Amino acid sequence: MTATTLQAEKVAQRHHVRRISDKTIQTAFILPTMVLLILWNIFPLFYSLYLSFTEYSVIAGAPPKWIGFENYRNILSSPLIWKYFALTGRFALLSVGLQTIIGFAMAMIVRAKFRGSGFITTLILIPMMLSPVVVGKFWAMIYNPTFGPLNYLLGMPPPRGPDWLANPQFALWAVVLVDVWMWSPFVMLLCLSGLKAIPEYLYEAAAIDRASAWFQFWRITLPQVAPLLMIAILFRTIEAFKQFDVVMGLTGGGPGDATELVAVNLYRIAFLGRFDTGIASAFAYIVLIIIISISNLYIRYLNQLRGEA
Amino acid sequence: MATIELRQVEKKFGQLHAVKPMDLTIHSGEFVVLLGPSGCGKTTTLRMISGLEAVTGGHIYLDGRDVTWLHPSERDIAFVFQFFALYPHMTVLDNIRFPLQAQRVPRDEAEKRVSEIVKMLQIEHLLHLRPGSLSGGDRQRVALARALVRRPAAFLMDEPLGALDADLRESMRAEIKRLHIANNATTVYVTHDQLEAMALGDRIVVMSAAEIQQVGNPAEVYYKPANLFVARFIGSPGMNLISGRYADGVVYLPGDNRYTVPESWRAPLAQALKDGEVIIGFRPESARITEDGALAARVYASDMHGAFNMIHLALGEESNIVNVRVDRWITYALDTPVRFDIDPEGVRFFDPRSEKALRRGGAQ
Repeated sequence: MTATTLQAEKVAQRHHVRRISDKTIQTAFILPTMVLLILWNIFPLFYSLYLSFTEYSVIAGAPPKWIGFENYRNILSSPLIWKYFALTGRFALLSVGLQTIIGFAMAMIVRAKFRGSGFITTLILIPMMLSPVVVGKFWAMIYNPTFGPLNYLLGMPPPRGPDWLANPQFALWAVVLVDVWMWSPFVMLLCLSGLKAIPEYLYEAAAIDRASAWFQFWRITLPQVAPLLMIAILFRTIEAFKQFDVVMGLTGGGPGDATELVAVNLYRIAFLGRFDTGIASAFAYIVLIIIISISNLYIRYLNQLRGEA
Repeated sequence: MATIELRQVEKKFGQLHAVKPMDLTIHSGEFVVLLGPSGCGKTTTLRMISGLEAVTGGHIYLDGRDVTWLHPSERDIAFVFQFFALYPHMTVLDNIRFPLQAQRVPRDEAEKRVSEIVKMLQIEHLLHLRPGSLSGGDRQRVALARALVRRPAAFLMDEPLGALDADLRESMRAEIKRLHIANNATTVYVTHDQLEAMALGDRIVVMSAAEIQQVGNPAEVYYKPANLFVARFIGSPGMNLISGRYADGVVYLPGDNRYTVPESWRAPLAQALKDGEVIIGFRPESARITEDGALAARVYASDMHGAFNMIHLALGEESNIVNVRVDRWITYALDTPVRFDIDPEGVRFFDPRSEKALRRGGAQ
């Protein structure tokens, strides 16, 4: 071996020692995220699954006691919780239904370009950008029968106007109204992007085919927007089942349990009174399963729509 | 079937004319082709007839009825779009019966009409597919079916074959021609393809620079172009055009050539030309290479076209090239000196100033 090749080998060796392999760099970048993910997401997911089969309270100081399906049995046989599920279903139906109609209608209006339409679109989107707790607190003031502006605007100055949030008949509607106010813009936004993607020539063809405006809406506009509309509905349905902060800001679940949605009730079980961590975990899993099954239905329908399109 | 009349119809965008005031009558059952290069206003004209585009002046009559300001849906015309404009979320069947459902044609009647059309265009096997999974030719057939099923007073077609491959265009062209003959429907057809225009049109409307250059049957626009634009635009290659100077029955051409003007043309030339400047025009097939030809040139290039050969001849300088069509077995070496004659029936003369063709007697 000559002197030069020896030297070259030495240089190569030195480089080898110093160089970090691509694989190590990959791992170094991914590891922190993985650790956080495992610590904050995956571990709690499985730990709460375990806890849902135990009798356990975080404040009791006693270790979790394995009781099998007892928690699930108790929850599913509790008429109260069924009532809250029914209430949540009703809330979701009303709120998502109204958001769909109003959001779609707003999108149809804003779709036409007119002076200031961009500015108006931005204004409409503001409610969606606010914190739900703040929205809840503000609307509580608006609803207030003594100094709230709503009753004034409805022509019912105190003491004539109803106390919307304290009246079991109106309270759920009051929550629905706020949710609709806050999230219709979201539905509008998705519908708008769907509407703007419909090529103009389809309407030209329809005009030539002598379709009325109504016929065009049902046969072209609606089917063309349907996939995006379905995504909006899916998102809003999932959110409706998790609805918590607006209710807490408005009514705290009251009056009585008139606005006790499952998420609110879950919070009560988990973090108030006895801190029933075991039951709360089981409850959370039931809600999770329901949301996943509903989402699945939607997604299946959505894929069907797309497959056809 | 309907007569379509345009009276001083124009379209302006700001100060710019997309279509200058134009008069045109399309007779009932006629197949009229609007032909011109892109941007000449032919599609805008078609869209104004359909009502998809509003006119900025003039009137449009359909069978004597003023439809200028009627919505497209109130005009009883069908439109075939360049890119088909099929409804992508509907099956072929739903696409075809859409116009019938929109007009609430009774179900039995609709069913009958759809099945007739579908049979005629041979697309029965596609009925339950969506446009996205069809080939270009089949999409075009569906678009035609959707237009035909309505039995409209007139058909408007905007480059319906523009999006198809070359060989498919040819067979679809024949299909459209047959459909026109079978239905005898008034048809206005827009294209930039002169071969298509020649093959399909009863009459061709040649457009350029937002106005009509010439209206005539295919033979007229080919053999008797009204001006230099039409002479160049129609035919591939276009008409041979050489500048010369006329005096006493002779046109002096480049390369010391003298062309003796046929008797019948002398009076009109003497009358029309002020300083003798003239452009002489003839089609490649109107020239014949012969040993005792009157004009001398040399072979600049020659190319094989399959059925015939095209010889490019230079008259004097190489900037004066004429194309002469010869039989396919005739070839020449480059720079061979040759002589040729022009068929006296095929020769045309243009005034270089007005760019218009000169006319002879009553005809041309």
